[in-house]
Amino acid sequence: MDMIAEKFDAIVIGAGMSGNAAAYTMASHGLKVLQFERGEYPGSKNVQGAIMYANMLEKIIPDFRDDAPLERHLVEQRLWVMDDTSHTGMHYRSEDFNEAKPNRYTIIRAQFDKWFSRKVRAAGATVLCETTVTELVRDAKDKVVGVRTDRAGGAIFADVVILAEGVSGLLGTRAGLREMPKPQSVALAVKEMHFLPEDVIEQRFGLKGGEGCVIEAVGTISRGMAGLGFLYTNKESISLGIGCLVSDFAATMQSPYALLDALKDHPSIRPLIAGSEVKEYAAHLIPEGGYKAIPQLFGDGWVVVGDAAQLNNAVHREGSNLAMTSGRIAAEAIVQVKRRNGPMTKQNLVLYKTMLNKSFVVKDLKKYKDMPALLHTNSRNFFTTYPQLMSQAAQNFMRVDGTPKIEKEKATAAAMIKARSRWGLVSDAVRLALAWR
Amino acid sequence: MTVAVTLRVEEKLYQNRYLVDSGRPHIKVRPHERPSANLLGLTRVCPAQCYELNDQGQVEITADGCMECGTCRVLCEASGEIEWNYPRGGFGILFKFG
Ligand SMILES: Cc1cc2nc3c(=O)[nH]c(=O)nc-3n(C[C@H](O)[C@H](O)[C@H](O)COP(=O)(O)OP(=O)(O)OC[C@H]3O[C@@H](n4cnc5c(N)ncnc54)[C@H](O)[C@@H]3O)c2cc1C
Ligand code: SF4
Repeated sequence: MDMIAEKFDAIVIGAGMSGNAAAYTMASHGLKVLQFERGEYPGSKNVQGAIMYANMLEKIIPDFRDDAPLERHLVEQRLWVMDDTSHTGMHYRSEDFNEAKPNRYTIIRAQFDKWFSRKVRAAGATVLCETTVTELVRDAKDKVVGVRTDRAGGAIFADVVILAEGVSGLLGTRAGLREMPKPQSVALAVKEMHFLPEDVIEQRFGLKGGEGCVIEAVGTISRGMAGLGFLYTNKESISLGIGCLVSDFAATMQSPYALLDALKDHPSIRPLIAGSEVKEYAAHLIPEGGYKAIPQLFGDGWVVVGDAAQLNNAVHREGSNLAMTSGRIAAEAIVQVKRRNGPMTKQNLVLYKTMLNKSFVVKDLKKYKDMPALLHTNSRNFFTTYPQLMSQAAQNFMRVDGTPKIEKEKATAAAMIKARSRWGLVSDAVRLALAWR
Repeated sequence: MTVAVTLRVEEKLYQNRYLVDSGRPHIKVRPHERPSANLLGLTRVCPAQCYELNDQGQVEITADGCMECGTCRVLCEASGEIEWNYPRGGFGILFKFG
């Protein structure tokens, strides 16, 4: 292992969205980059819904559409509020999304990450898979100067280490760089891949020529927990899953697979996946703590990016784009420091934070800074009571049974007040509006 | 009911690809008399149902089907009830799709 005796400009830990963005950006700027991935191949440990946002990838690889493994470009999004037998929905579909360079695509992470990693190698970085980084190495002044891995051989040194290790962030938490995620600031999501012929998917969702549709759903499917269900169309498969806060799982002792099976059996979902062949069952955490959970992002000889830094917008279900953007920005900051021959000290690496603060990443998270706490403390109302009331109101409105309309409206209003009280309704609405502001 | 659920999880895990590092489990449960609420909760909350209650009322783990999600770590590492590490490089869950 001669190569390992060399010193690198940068070591990247993890070959997910953020690590690949960082490694690619640094290598394309001529830095000598070594990247570690513990999986057999990049993507083998990673789970996503998955919607990928083109704009943030374009900033890294402008012509990615030429060869990236993309599933479908999205033309329709459905937001559903579900109770046990119904869904009330808001659907948005537009021909405008059939554009030359579509804005959002579904992807399959294992395939996408392999593609991204090929680009990283082509840009000149060295990528070592099947290697778990076990420890950060520090010098006498506590500066991070390298890593140790579970491969034979000693420490490997670099000017700077980029921790792109994902939501669990074992290394950073054990090295005391940040705290372990709290049960109320991470969601556990489970997901299945349902395979169906391409034309069946297109018929069921009214799609043609690579168009895609996604459904996101809240309601009694999460059994009172703060959670979200999703169904995304791929070329020849449907990704179906549900995630809820870990603290809620622990408090209610619900089983995630039971929730998933109930979702599959829901009368609104069942016909969409009928006859499919399930080929994988996956589970993964999602950061949900938002702005207030962002840890220290840089120090002497290190920066942290992506899910490891809790950079995830739970309200809009965005994560991979924040991961790619934080990886790219950290890399650009490192390239700038390097160009002026600056040491990779805390003082110099603050540049990453400064640049990140100006980007949509931190601005969006700041906008929703009060949302996690609101949904966490009020989950029963938002995820069970209101969905049930919405369903009742809709049914009351639509069913024609000879009851005068005025009485129907009174019954709907009375049901709302009975379930949540006038004051409860007003205060929930105000708190929601404030958190959304 | 428990039996039905167990069967269903095993059926699900059966679809997955793993490279098990035999004899080197990456998660261990500390010996205990009675499990805490969180540790007991894992018998239901772990998405791979790796945690089970034995006849003596203690929680045991068989980590072969583990998907390395980290949920048990978030709930039980701080209290010292479990010891959690990544499997050696290349071992463990290998998602085909993710
Ligand atoms: C069910 C689900 C649905 C989602 N849906 C969406 C969506 O639709 N759109 C969206 O934008 N985001 C979504 N997200 C979020 C998105 O997946 C994440 O934000 C994104 O993957 C974060 O990228 P990352 O690079 O920070 O971390 P990851 O992609 O998790 O990558 C971390 C990498 O580091 C490696 N690693 C960790 N520790 C070590 C170590 N010690 N040594 C070597 N390698 C190591 C891991 O193996 C992994 O490859 C979803 C997440 C989940 C779980
Ligand atoms: S990491 Fe996840 S799948 Fe593995 S044992 Fe813990 S809870 Fe279960």
